[in-house]
Amino acid sequence: MFEHYLSLFVRAVFVENMALAFFLGMCTFIAISKKIETAIGLGIAVVVVQVLTVPMNNLILHYLLNEGALAWTGIDALAKLDLRFLGLLSYIGVIAAIVQIMEMVLDKYVPSLYNALGIFLPLITVNCAIMGASLFMVERDYDFGESVVYGLGAGVGWALAITLLAGIREKLKYSDVPDGLKGLGITFITVGLMSLGFMSFSGVQL
Amino acid sequence: MADNMKPKELLFGPILDNNPIALQIIGICSALAVTSNLNTTVTMALALTLVTAFSNFFVSSIRNQIPSSIRIIVQMTIIASLVIVVDQFLRAYAYSISKQLSVFVGLIITNCIVMGRAEAFAMKSPPIPSFIDGIGNGLGYSFILIILGFTRELLGAGSLFGIPVLSKVTDGGWYIPNGLMLLPPSAFFLIGFIIWGIRAVKKTQVEKDSFTPAAHTRASEAF
Repeated sequence: MFEHYLSLFVRAVFVENMALAFFLGMCTFIAISKKIETAIGLGIAVVVVQVLTVPMNNLILHYLLNEGALAWTGIDALAKLDLRFLGLLSYIGVIAAIVQIMEMVLDKYVPSLYNALGIFLPLITVNCAIMGASLFMVERDYDFGESVVYGLGAGVGWALAITLLAGIREKLKYSDVPDGLKGLGITFITVGLMSLGFMSFSGVQL
Repeated sequence: MADNMKPKELLFGPILDNNPIALQIIGICSALAVTSNLNTTVTMALALTLVTAFSNFFVSSIRNQIPSSIRIIVQMTIIASLVIVVDQFLRAYAYSISKQLSVFVGLIITNCIVMGRAEAFAMKSPPIPSFIDGIGNGLGYSFILIILGFTRELLGAGSLFGIPVLSKVTDGGWYIPNGLMLLPPSAFFLIGFIIWGIRAVKKTQVEKDSFTPAAHTRASEAF
């Protein structure tokens, strides 16, 4: 059991890295990777939100939306329902709600962390990496335990990628880059090279 | 943005002058993974253009009724409903493409172009210009996506829309496919080069240096 979870985790972090292999969360990935500190802050926020939202959406899927998922209510008419077409709407709703709740809880109990993450929290709602992880969880049919591990792995992988990119970009601003490539262009090529590097993990099997 | 309402500028401005992907770096999230062949690329481009146009239209129609404190949720609901329609439609009529696109149709919801246009344009403008603006931005996105899909499929698999164009060595032809083109990194490189190309033509888009070494600095001192 442990090996299974470990292998899932390693796959989510390295082999199927959210940012570098699936291009998810690219907008924030490119926009907020100019400084290492902010990148780490955003990375941590993404990890926390992933760990909460993926299992939550897993529960929603298995107890509300799936075909026959409402059987626990004991009402025949409900047990026959297949509400999977409402999936997208519910997942994004859950994500928005969890981000909002997290914002309020942090503001009340851990103000220092709230101030550090500040502007990043609302941004996370529209981060495709979060939604992407939930949708992958649905597509691959993970159970509850797997979804916790997968959420953690996907978040850590994304955080790792953005921190690495921020490190490279901090050095990059001192380099002499051709005019048209400055800023955005060279960043994309850097990400391409990082993605190439991460592809060497694709043979890793545990 | 809201001060120029000419349909022509709304429609064609976002393609080169103000391209959502190349200049505003929004909307790349769910896009790159679908460009390894043209079939999925065109489906995705079409889906996004329709969703952007209609979400702009609907958000704009009810913009005076939306309380500003819950506007994000309202926009999300409108967008998500449209995406569900697209998703169900693809599942019904183009199942194999829908399987290949896997999660990326759903990810149109979190595509920053849709959300960005709803927030930045549709909330301030009447429905018809918003609709045209949505189509224009969708076209700007499709423009980059189709260039990517075309290059990647042609060089990576020697075919277009799945129809062989360059005869491959494995089929007794002369073309050795460039496998890298089908892998994720090539999409990043190509976008980098497209941005370079656009900025070589439109010099005004070149970014300023965030750091310039003082005059007469030796390279060893600069770091």
